[in-house]
Amino acid sequence: MQSQSLRVSYLTDNSLEISFLGDWCLTSEVVTWQSFQAQFEHYPESPKKIDFISSGLENWDSKLLLFLVKLDAYAQSRHIPVNWDGLPDGAKGLLRLATEVPERSGARRRTRTRSLVYRLGEWAMGGVEELTGLASFLGEWLLSIGRFFTGRASFRWVDFNRFLQAAGAGALPIVGVISLLVGAVLAFVGAVQLQMFGAQIYVADLVGLGVVREMGAMMTAIIMAGRTGSAYAAQLGAMQVNEEIDALRTMGISPMDFLVLPRTLALILMLPLLCLWSDALGILGGLLVGVSILDITLLEYLQQTKEAITLSDIATGLIKSLIFAVVVSLAGCLRGLQSGRDSAAVGNATTSAMVTAILLIVIWDALTTIIFNRLGI
Amino acid sequence: MANAAKVELESRSGLAHIEVRGMTMAYGDFLLQKDLNFTINQGDIFIIMGGSGCGKSTLLRHLVGLHPPAAGEVLYQGSSFWKLAPNERNALMRRMGVLYQSGALWTSMTLAENIALPLEEYTSLTPTEVNELVSYKLSLVGLKGFEDYYPSEISGGMQKRAALARAMALDPETLLFDEPSAGLDPVSARLLDDLIIELRDSLGATIVVVTHELASIFAVGNNSVFLDAQSKTMIAGGDPKQLLAETDNPIVRKFLTRGEEGLP
Repeated sequence: MQSQSLRVSYLTDNSLEISFLGDWCLTSEVVTWQSFQAQFEHYPESPKKIDFISSGLENWDSKLLLFLVKLDAYAQSRHIPVNWDGLPDGAKGLLRLATEVPERSGARRRTRTRSLVYRLGEWAMGGVEELTGLASFLGEWLLSIGRFFTGRASFRWVDFNRFLQAAGAGALPIVGVISLLVGAVLAFVGAVQLQMFGAQIYVADLVGLGVVREMGAMMTAIIMAGRTGSAYAAQLGAMQVNEEIDALRTMGISPMDFLVLPRTLALILMLPLLCLWSDALGILGGLLVGVSILDITLLEYLQQTKEAITLSDIATGLIKSLIFAVVVSLAGCLRGLQSGRDSAAVGNATTSAMVTAILLIVIWDALTTIIFNRLGI
Repeated sequence: MANAAKVELESRSGLAHIEVRGMTMAYGDFLLQKDLNFTINQGDIFIIMGGSGCGKSTLLRHLVGLHPPAAGEVLYQGSSFWKLAPNERNALMRRMGVLYQSGALWTSMTLAENIALPLEEYTSLTPTEVNELVSYKLSLVGLKGFEDYYPSEISGGMQKRAALARAMALDPETLLFDEPSAGLDPVSARLLDDLIIELRDSLGATIVVVTHELASIFAVGNNSVFLDAQSKTMIAGGDPKQLLAETDNPIVRKFLTRGEEGLP
């Protein structure tokens, strides 16, 4: 066998002499193992031994070693003794390293395909596990709240204040801007319809009730799920990766009291306040559209709004936002604590916290709207 | 110690591979080390040593081009790293392999994917060739058969070795190790030292090791630089064994004898 990179001579004493020529680098074109092996099969008799000549070899790297590793395995399987002496010292050393530690038995993974029934069962068991996890988390959290009110839960008030600021004052601009725009859009859409009946003054009712009963609480909750809930999940997930949560546990400090409680309490205190802020700016948005486009005077609009909204409407929104706060903060903390120990897992935890929170917000909002409607509140 | 900057390092056989000239390292206004002058020769196992917090790891990060020096320069085979064009700089960085302190394997990828990533990025090998190469690199560090494992599923020592396999993926000319034996049991640490020497001999690579493990320093090192946190510069250098025999600097003596000599 002759080529630019390899010369193989079958000598008369039944031995094989392999000469490497030129460059054997990852970037260079050399004889493929397949064609070399095919050649092997054609010899009248299996060679008694293999020798190497590397005087023609110039640069070499892992490419040469890949060839040698395969040759070694092949020669062993055919019981042909190999004399490695003709190789460069470095290549001999690397080959020894590569073949020194045998593959650990059972280390290699086998992928098994499971039957449909098996996978269905696995999925269902996963669901049950998820639900029990959720229930026990909720239970532990309630116990932790109990400890807080009896003064036995320990967390750092400095942390709590920081969470209050992040979940409260820090969120004012974004909640404000979005509420203002949602109020204005609501007024605009309503105005087009109501003008047809000459009833544009009722834009104030539409915006006022819509924002106070529904949009204010829901918009705030969704913004806070994205802004704060996901941050909780990412913080706790990163702590999980760093073994910080294990460090707390081994010191006998409950992560529930120390990490989850201040976060959830901060959001539960702040979300209703943000909801009020959102209500006010939503109404302002409607007012700007009403006064500037619909020829309603400022006083008329305010008077109409005041008559449309009762205290129980505001309370409805606040009650909803309180529940949303629980949902958003618990979803964030739960997913963060459940996070795996690698960087991808933290990302998954954050995504999962957002999805869980927003799903529950919408479900809960639909439920309460129906309940309040039935009760006539 | 007034002319500590002028500590002359003996040059051994081989060409100058990396040269550090008058380098100052600083984070903003915080000065870490100044007046660093030393040469790492081809085929050296070069030890960067010194007490905790003296800037050993930072020096390593400067050597691999992750931080620009505040003053002075780093030369690779004669050319100054930060004066090169960005694409030349990238090409140069690819010729270095780094084993980070914690391994720094990408946790969302299997060991095989970790090692395959640089190969897929920078070579035109076929997927089969990449797989073969990955298996070969893993077999070099004694991890044959662990291709499909995630870093979180194997032990710390195995993670270190897998990270070494990744550092060697592109057959680098220079291998840099940040605290290779940190967190390893003595036997594993010893095996890693042997592997470092073996790799230097077989690959002909130049190796730079940041460590404060005395056993490793004397076992593998043939050249070194000693950084001092107090005077913020290098106060010694050369073959560690010779340094132990000859130096009369009390700080270096104290370090190299685990504090048994040079105490007040």
